[in-house]
Amino acid sequence: MIRRPLRPLARILQARARGENPDAIERENLRLRHEVSRDADRERAESRLFVLGLCFALAFAGVGLRMGVLASTKPSEPRVAQGGAGIVATRAEIQDRRGRILATNLETAALYVHPHELVDPARAARELAKLFPDLDEARMLADFTGPRKFLWLRKVMSPEQQQAVHDIGEPGLLFATREMRLYPNGALAAHVLGGAAFDREDVRAAEIIGTAGVERSFDARLRDPGRANDPLQLSLDLTAQTAMEDVLASGMTLMNAKGAAGVLMDVHTGEVIAIASLPDFDPNARPAPPTKGDPTASPIFNRSVQGVYELGSTFKIFTVAQAMDLGLVNPETMIDTKGPMVKGRHKITDFRNYGPELSVDKVIVKSSNIGTARIALMIGAERQKAFLDLMGLTEATNIEISEARSGKPLLPPRWSDIVTMTVSYGHGFSTTPLHLAAGYAMIANGGTRVEPTLLRRDTPQYGPRVVSAKTAAQSLAMLRHVVTEGTAKVAEVPGYQVAGKTGTADKPKPGGGYYKEKVIATFASVFPADAPRYVLVVTLDEPVNTMGREPTRTAGSTAAPVAAELIRRIAPLLDLKPRIDPVQLDGITLTSN
Amino acid sequence: MRTFLSLMLALAVLGLGAWAYRENYATQSAIADAEALEARIGAARARLAVLRAEWAYLNRPDRLNDLAEINFDRLGLMPLQPEQFGLIDEIPFPGVPDPLVEPLSEPLTNVVDVSGPEPDGDVP
Repeated sequence: MIRRPLRPLARILQARARGENPDAIERENLRLRHEVSRDADRERAESRLFVLGLCFALAFAGVGLRMGVLASTKPSEPRVAQGGAGIVATRAEIQDRRGRILATNLETAALYVHPHELVDPARAARELAKLFPDLDEARMLADFTGPRKFLWLRKVMSPEQQQAVHDIGEPGLLFATREMRLYPNGALAAHVLGGAAFDREDVRAAEIIGTAGVERSFDARLRDPGRANDPLQLSLDLTAQTAMEDVLASGMTLMNAKGAAGVLMDVHTGEVIAIASLPDFDPNARPAPPTKGDPTASPIFNRSVQGVYELGSTFKIFTVAQAMDLGLVNPETMIDTKGPMVKGRHKITDFRNYGPELSVDKVIVKSSNIGTARIALMIGAERQKAFLDLMGLTEATNIEISEARSGKPLLPPRWSDIVTMTVSYGHGFSTTPLHLAAGYAMIANGGTRVEPTLLRRDTPQYGPRVVSAKTAAQSLAMLRHVVTEGTAKVAEVPGYQVAGKTGTADKPKPGGGYYKEKVIATFASVFPADAPRYVLVVTLDEPVNTMGREPTRTAGSTAAPVAAELIRRIAPLLDLKPRIDPVQLDGITLTSN
Repeated sequence: MRTFLSLMLALAVLGLGAWAYRENYATQSAIADAEALEARIGAARARLAVLRAEWAYLNRPDRLNDLAEINFDRLGLMPLQPEQFGLIDEIPFPGVPDPLVEPLSEPLTNVVDVSGPEPDGDVP
């Protein structure tokens, strides 16, 4: 580029000759030069802006196109993914404490029909009615030839049935993949497991939801796809549960009872090892809730966590423990047991007359209502209620069975003196057998509260302290005396030092008052008494022991023998070795000199 | 020089293209293999789930109880009893060899019966 000088000599000389200012020429040239460079700058800036704009336009177009593509195409799984194959089970398994399966899933198929694709609707209906007796041929034919385009026929079926439907050879009969919940052990632990059912159904899959028991209370956790391969481990022991249901069922038959409940619980961890309620049902085909009649008579009613009963004399130990803890009495204190004890319109009597007075220990051993009522009067209503609150006996248990919330204890409306007296021996106050087990676990573990749980855990619970360790030990010794010399002698199992308390309560009539001949017999026990591990509560509904000369209904002759047989069967299964104390030799005196 | 460079560049582009083509197909086949494997793993898991369910079903306590009853003559299985627990000191201690007594290396023969002859038997 030729650079033009700002002051060309020729023009300056001419200007000077004409007498003009030569600076004007320089300024004029400078202006022209600036104009040129400004034009060039603008052109360059414009082209840069254009390129930049083009880049932005392309970028936006790219993003927009990609969004359009993503929005308009079907989603697909990434073909190359980290990790293993896809999820097999849609619902996590439930296992017992040793990993044995309590609930699992099974692949199966559902059957549906596209009636417009059927070649020969009449033949299809005939063949299907032959295969599945519960389907009605005439009704199916009406559906197949009607205006409907889609029809469910069966929710689940076996592989053999599926093959048989294949063999009909109708293109309009179609299968939907399904996963069904299977309880391989049948009725075992039915009340704990509850049951499951299909919720929303589709041709590709169906949602399984828990309808009762653990299946319902852990529904969200069991359905969580992230934890589908992580089984839910319960505290139940399959063998102990089997033994409990076996023995309870035969005990129920033997004692002519119409129902039975049993709870076996670890006193330190609060784990429920076995829990049963009879009669039971098969969770694979859970019966519908009864619409009429007594709901507590239905097999789906869970007597051990839902049924609230007056559990009778088994409560006496709580009264005595509280009195000892408050320092009001000690095991040797003599209590007036002259009867009958009259309070207003009420009269408290004992099963038998136990003489004018008994020691506190004997009140428990002989199960004196009058003695316990007198001790309760020393404690007073306020403190008694506070104590029951502290033990957790006045509200529903937190056990992980969805029905447990309805097992709320029935409290007397007003806590008068007579109520204090009757509650002290377990009347006029209804709780579930599980509450009772938790209460006995409190005494057995040295005086701290335990919450019963169905989840496996390895560490003891350190709940709030209810009574001192000394009181707990004294109470346990009294319970041991009940078995060695009191109302529950039949409950002694050699080697397992059973300690326990019987309780026989008359059943309340629906209209008020009590039945004479119908009782709830309960035996609450702790074993082994020298180092308590387990608490066992057995409750029989309306038992009659007809094996003796006269029919008897007391817990000592009905619930206690069943509990003893349970301990004999279950304790070895839980690796509990019997401990036979060496017999004290007579006539040998150790001396030293 | 310039021609040589262009030629080399063209050759390099050709070579890289061929390599990318081969890698692309190798990747596709690896993905297909992986998918086939995943499908087989999935099927195996489904089968395993069915087998586990079946195992649990065959091992249900009711059935085992019935089997124990059917085979009672042969097996004599009974529920576990507390008496069946043993103590370690109830097991006889394995005999300690006496250093003064030589263990027998061969069976005793020519044993002389010192109890006297049997009434009417042959004494060896």
